Parts: sequence; C-alpha cells; structure tokens
Amino acid sequence: MTEEIIIAGFGGQGVLSMGKILAYSGIMQDKEVSWMPSYGPEMRGGTANVTVIVSDERVCSPILNAFDTAVILNQQSLDKFEDKVKPGGYLIYDPNGITHKPTRKDIHIYSIEGAQLASDMGNSKVFNMIILGAFLKVRPIIDNKNVEEGLRHSLPERAHKLIPLNMQAVQVGMDNIKAEN
Amino acid sequence: MGELKLMKGNEALAEAAIRCGADAYFGYPITPQSEVIEYLSEQNPYERTGMVVLQAESELAAINMVYAAGAAGKRVMTSSSSPGVCLKQEGLAYIAGAEVPCVFADVVRGGPGLGTIQPSQADYFQNTKGGGNGDYRNIVLAPASVQEMADFVPLGFELAFKYRMAVCILSDGAIGQMMEKVVLPEQKARLTEEEIKAKYPWALTGRKRGTQHRVITSLDLDSARMEEHNRHLQRKYDEVTKNEVRYEMIDCDDAEYVFVAYGSSARIAQKSVQLGRAEGLKVGLLRPITLWPYPTQAIRNLIDKGVKGFLSVELSCGQMIEDVLLACNGRAKAEHFGRVGGIIHTPEEVLEAMKKQIIGE
Repeated sequence: MTEEIIIAGFGGQGVLSMGKILAYSGIMQDKEVSWMPSYGPEMRGGTANVTVIVSDERVCSPILNAFDTAVILNQQSLDKFEDKVKPGGYLIYDPNGITHKPTRKDIHIYSIEGAQLASDMGNSKVFNMIILGAFLKVRPIIDNKNVEEGLRHSLPERAHKLIPLNMQAVQVGMDNIKAEN
Repeated sequence: MGELKLMKGNEALAEAAIRCGADAYFGYPITPQSEVIEYLSEQNPYERTGMVVLQAESELAAINMVYAAGAAGKRVMTSSSSPGVCLKQEGLAYIAGAEVPCVFADVVRGGPGLGTIQPSQADYFQNTKGGGNGDYRNIVLAPASVQEMADFVPLGFELAFKYRMAVCILSDGAIGQMMEKVVLPEQKARLTEEEIKAKYPWALTGRKRGTQHRVITSLDLDSARMEEHNRHLQRKYDEVTKNEVRYEMIDCDDAEYVFVAYGSSARIAQKSVQLGRAEGLKVGLLRPITLWPYPTQAIRNLIDKGVKGFLSVELSCGQMIEDVLLACNGRAKAEHFGRVGGIIHTPEEVLEAMKKQIIGE
C-alpha cells in the first residue's frame, strides 16, 4: 500500500498540522511516512500545501507530480492540483469559497462542508480534523485508534485534553462527506 | 534500538548533536535552516548535557567561535544556509590551515547572492572545491533523508577528529524542512577535560609550568615550513580519499543507464528509477554519500560493467556533472539535468531527461 496525498489550502487552515497528524498516525500504524511542506512566503497567509506519503515500503521521492488523493481547501489549490490527481484517484474538497467546481470525470470527487461543520461545532480550529475524518472515510488507510495515538504524539502535552474534541471532529467529517459523482 | 520520532531534517540534526555529546553549537538563523537553532534553544541542552548553544551576532562570529572551541579539542558545530555559509568561508579556510576539527551543516537554498529561500543544490562547487582560499578540502557528507541528517552528525565528528579537519553536512531546503521517521541514538556523555587532554595531544587545554606551549594557527611566514605544511595537508587528504569514500547503488546490477544524484535529487531519481524500470528501461541510481572524496572509482567500475551513460541530476545548472565527467574520462556519455531557482524537478521529468539526453531515440 502506498498513498500519495496532497493537502492544499490557505495558510492558517491547519493544512500543515493536518498533514503532520496524518503522518504521525501512519507511524502509529507501522507505516513509512514523509511530510514535505511548501514553505516560506506561502506560510504567511498565501496558499500552503503539504505532500504526505504513507506507505508499506520506504518512501523514495517526497516530492511528487501526481497524487492518489488531493485534499483541496480553496479555489487556487483546486486550479493547481485537480489535474495532478492520478486517473482513478480521489479529490476531496470543501465547497466553501469554491466558485468553479472540479470537472474531471476520471476521478472520484467528494465534498465536505468542513468550514460550516466546524462552525456548527462552535470551534473553527477543528476544521482540519473534520477534513481529516472525511479523508479517512474515503481512504481508510489508518485506524481511528492510531489517529488518536498520532494526535497524542503530535500535540504538546498541554493540548492533550483537546484530543476527545478532535476525535469527535474526525467522526463529524466521516459522517458528512458526500460523493459528487 | 533508539527512540522513534517524526522530525524535520533540521530538528533531527540538532537533536543528534545533543545526543552525540557535542560541547557547543554557535550559529545565526537563516531560512531554511532556522529550525536548528530554534530547536536547540527550545531544548536548552545545557541542562541536559552541559552543551553550550549560542546565537552569535553574525555568521563571522559564529565560525570564529567554532574555530576557537575546536582548537580546544571540543566537539563544536555550526550550521547555516547558502548566503550565511559564504560569510563563514574565511573562517573555514583558517580552520583548514590550522587543522581544527569541526562539523558544519549547509542547508542549501537558491542563489546566487540572497537568491531564494527554496531548496537548491547549487553550492556543490563551494563546498566540495573549497569556498575559501588555499589548497584545502573539507569532507562533504550529503544526507538524503531525515535519518541521515541525524546519523551524519556523529559520523561527522568522528571523521573531523580522526583527520583534524572540517566536515560539511551538505543538505538542502527539502531535506531540512521535510519530516520523516527517525530513530535517534541513546544520549552519549560529553568528553571530560581529562579525556580531551588524553585523546587530543594537540588541543589547547591550558599550559602548565614546565610544559611546551602549543600553537594552533594557519599563519607561517617560513616558506619551507609552509610548503611542508601544505604537503602534509595533501597527504592527509590522500588518506581521506583512500579511506572515506561512501556511496549507495540502487538497481545498478544490470543497469545500462545510471542516474547520479545526491540529497533530495537522489530521492527523486530513485522514483525515476522505479518509473523507468516499470517501462522496461535498465536504469539505476548511484548516490554519492561523500561528495568529497567523490566516488570516482564507483563510476569507473560501472563503466567496466557495461553502463553506457550517466545523467547527473542536481538542483543546479550543472556542478557535480564535472566530477562525473572526470570519472567517465570520455569512456561513457554523461550530461546534467536539473531545475533551479527553487523549483524542484519531478521524478517524471528526470526520467524524461534520461531518455532524451542519454538514451536517445
């Protein structure tokens, strides 16, 4: 099993930390992982993206041009990465702020109202965990208990009391993702 | 078995320095290696091991602090990125002349000048051919994973003290910024003053009454002595060349065409090998781990075994290709491919370049 994922959105949406939690969860499931961010000016408010690879084998290139799954959180990222999904792959996006929907017919397209659901939960910070849950529903590459372990390892100890809330958000994401084609 | 963690390359380098018993780190922040000094400051290793971490007022100050601490027989390290490493070149030439052991990491970004903060490998010449003045060499280790960022720190110190010279860990923005699994070694104790005195008779550990004073300097105005000193350095570099060449071969056994790449480019080219093999192409990868001394003989052995061509892949306009061409010496085709300016080549375009430039129609 090798899953090559791009997660892309605005700086501040928790794109990089979602990738980190996914990578740590992969380690908890005895997988090989890599986490390769775009860094620099993008991190200060522009678009931010991270490539995460979870695999049974040693990861060779952490930098890719084609992905099994794209998790897309704004229009710029959709414009940039829709074409980079491998045929037969998956595209998961939050329709909030999307003016031109994805159009490809040769990939599986799903939507998740992450921003809306986070606001319904009364905590915009769990947005990225809702998205992570949605991703894991479609691509069940990691068990929930290992996601919880991943959170425990990637969050500082003072934030461990928030783990149940984060896991609840993962569940909300799993329950609300919709197939679009 | 040590401790398993998910870390950035820069953080792994910093943690490895603490764990291998380094005495000091002197540095100055610059993207994309600022995590090194950030991590060290956060960890405060002075409380763990007594290791000193200091943000110097400049790169010049940092490298001269390294010069002094190394002269005292201490395990001392610095790190920077390309423009900062330029500023350290004077100090590195002095360190080479005075035969002071130390480790420095260069997490390369695009140039020339301030260039860009994105990954690059365009400082190959500077680090392997000498960026300072005089006939000198530094051992250059090229990590291609977060694990090697950690592993090459203790290896760097071992080589630095074995040969009394600077060891460069030549990384890049991609390896520095990416996170991977890393197994960290157990904490080792720092050497005591007594151990340093016993192990390193050349070190400046404080003169006592009745003992000969020791001098560590790169300056000697006596030409005959200076010539002999240069000959001595060259004999040392010959020893290093004989003993310390390191490289890795992937799918080279039956290869007809071979990518030559180090660091992040080696990771990308490894994927190009997979893609090429899936198409039935007999391609392999030679990954130099030491860039100086260079695995010249490994390339020559591949030619003897029937390899017809090499593609040197580097995030530069073509620097390492010169060493590949020297190794080939006209016996096999060799060309360069690489993206620059902070753009990173993809496995697909690297394979395409191999087909177009080396394999041909």
